[in-house]
Amino acid sequence: MNASESIRLLEQGRLDLETTRIIYDTADLLTLGQLAQEVRFRWNPDPVVTYAVDRNINYTNICVSRCAFCAFARDTGHPEAYVLDQETLTRKCEETLTLGGTQILYQGGLNPDLDLAWHLDQIRLMRAMGLHVHGFSPPEIVFMAQQNGLSLREVIERLVAAGLGSIPGGGAEILVDRVRRSVSPGKATRDEWLDVMRTAHRLGLKTTATMMFGHLETLDERLEHLFLLRRLQDETGGFTAFIPWPYQPGEKTLPARPAGSTTYLRLLAISRLVLDNVPHIQASWVTQGPEIGQVALHFGADDLGSTMIEENVVAAAGVSHRLSRKEMVRLIEAAGFRARQRNTLYRPVEPVHEGRP
Amino acid sequence: MTSARTNSPIALDGLLLDRLQDSALREVGQKIRHGERLGHEDGLACLETTDLCGLGQLALAVKKARHGHRAFFIANHHLNYTNVCENRCRFCAFHRPPGSTDGYAMTPEEAARRIAESPVPNLHEVHLVGGCHPDLDLSYYLDLVRAIARARPGIKLKAFTAVEIAHLAEKTGLSCQECLSRLKEAGLVAMPGGGAEVFSDRLREELFPHKIGAREWLAIHATAHRLGIRSNATLLFGHLETPAERVEHLIRLREQQDETGGFQAFIALPFHPANTSLKDLPCPTGVDILKTIATARLLLDNIPHIKAYWVMLGLKLTQTALHFGADDLEGTIVHERIAHEAGARTEAGLTVAQLVHLIREAGFEPVERDTFHQPLE
Repeated sequence: MNASESIRLLEQGRLDLETTRIIYDTADLLTLGQLAQEVRFRWNPDPVVTYAVDRNINYTNICVSRCAFCAFARDTGHPEAYVLDQETLTRKCEETLTLGGTQILYQGGLNPDLDLAWHLDQIRLMRAMGLHVHGFSPPEIVFMAQQNGLSLREVIERLVAAGLGSIPGGGAEILVDRVRRSVSPGKATRDEWLDVMRTAHRLGLKTTATMMFGHLETLDERLEHLFLLRRLQDETGGFTAFIPWPYQPGEKTLPARPAGSTTYLRLLAISRLVLDNVPHIQASWVTQGPEIGQVALHFGADDLGSTMIEENVVAAAGVSHRLSRKEMVRLIEAAGFRARQRNTLYRPVEPVHEGRP
Repeated sequence: MTSARTNSPIALDGLLLDRLQDSALREVGQKIRHGERLGHEDGLACLETTDLCGLGQLALAVKKARHGHRAFFIANHHLNYTNVCENRCRFCAFHRPPGSTDGYAMTPEEAARRIAESPVPNLHEVHLVGGCHPDLDLSYYLDLVRAIARARPGIKLKAFTAVEIAHLAEKTGLSCQECLSRLKEAGLVAMPGGGAEVFSDRLREELFPHKIGAREWLAIHATAHRLGIRSNATLLFGHLETPAERVEHLIRLREQQDETGGFQAFIALPFHPANTSLKDLPCPTGVDILKTIATARLLLDNIPHIKAYWVMLGLKLTQTALHFGADDLEGTIVHERIAHEAGARTEAGLTVAQLVHLIREAGFEPVERDTFHQPLE
């Protein structure tokens, strides 16, 4: 399809599934990019790209869910299994503050040995140190509700009372139960995932939404995912941002051919066009590398994600994902935008000078 | 002056042109539409635009007018016969000064053995370049060319940058034309485009004072073209050069091509700082690389092919570059060393199947080619 035809289709009004399918299959990549930028500038008129300085803390790798794509989970008793103690959590939070971080992305496995009181204590600890806690993806919240015989609402209310600030959109994978039964049968279903988000939004909590694509799903199922999110957003308005990324096959996980950059950029642009009610789209430099992460800022993304302090601080072997704040800012500026540090709620924060190199 | 020549008009989607946010880019689009040659200011407008997709659309329209949906690659093998070099360019991590313990020079037999044993099935081309070694004489170069050209049936030898030809001429006291004629007789059919760096005396002084400058580089390629030797051209960018110097470089290549017509492909090489004396400089960013490739496609209206050199771009950027005016992915390569010593993190080589997949996933039709960019059956 040529550019004029794509543009005309898009100008007919809000995208429906059928039109989206046509555009996804046939429009030129760069036409999609250009049109996505128009939507991006409608939401965010200033040529500003935001980024976050936060730390990704995983409180446990013990998980009963055993998703086919996951290389992180371990069984209880496995030599590499861990649960983060309060002392380590405190140290990680101190390091985050020293590096100018304002928030913690706090997630972990579905660990039956951790009770709700333990989780609440951890949240209180982080809050007491002045950090915003962006924590517990929907499958973790569903698991807590099941373990404790509580409703989703009750669990979320308790987490919020302890200091939870917002919920990350992880664990969405593809929101189609056919796919979930194959790749993640042991965790939240499509409706449960959506229920957590609906409940959280109604309680006034903001959340993000994600999508992990490029495994067993069809193109139609990707679109179904996007339209489900759009419908819920029409209802609640609680999603701040959408973050898609392609599945990264590992040695021991579900075999798949990793999606290339053009597949990623195409999906990103389509997301911006379909999710016309979500304010922000985040680029995934972690899966795409800094080059395509930066290029994504011209395909609908207005946010470059987080510097991922965890990987910057921990000098572990094989660390491949690191991006200093300085490099983040350089990428944003070289792409033609002004860089601005934000918090989890996408409000500007004053950058703190890094205490260490 | 800049618009003296008229190109073929390129069909551009009208609605798309109207939607370009950047008025300078719209002007570039109008010129392309009317077949008017782009000038220095147009080149700068392309490099400095903030409308990345808009620029890419223009470059892609020009690429499609030339090559349709095709994207080319070659089954080839890169070989570096020596890393010993007198030039000591500041941006190079590959060279070793004469006398270094880790310097090497392959014998012609060793080089031929490597090609004979190359893992690439149906190998079509050997790309042979090396340092300016002080002790290798003309007979070595001729033996090397003869040995490699005979190592596998049906292979074509693309060898020696203009820098190596100038070095050889100086050592032997022969003219560059004489050296090239002798090498051609021995089996060289094409020349790679390396060693051009940036055509700027200021930067030559700063970065590669011992290496030939723009005038000599262009003169050697002109000589090659007159002898019927096709060649490529490069630009090493993203270090200390200004956007104006990049544009100037492209325009000088275009002028040379008007005169002698032997350039087959242009390759924009993003600078890799690791292990060089410029290691504190950052790498050029993805957006800068795509803009440079697109700008080259638009300015170089007389060079048929624009390569996305996957070794230096990385596979993700390479694939995306096919939407920004590039039409050629170079080849299988097998064992790249020069960029890898400067920190390139790509594979050393790719298989034909991997190249085909990259191209198909990007939405283009893969076409295997020979050294002269002719499609193979």
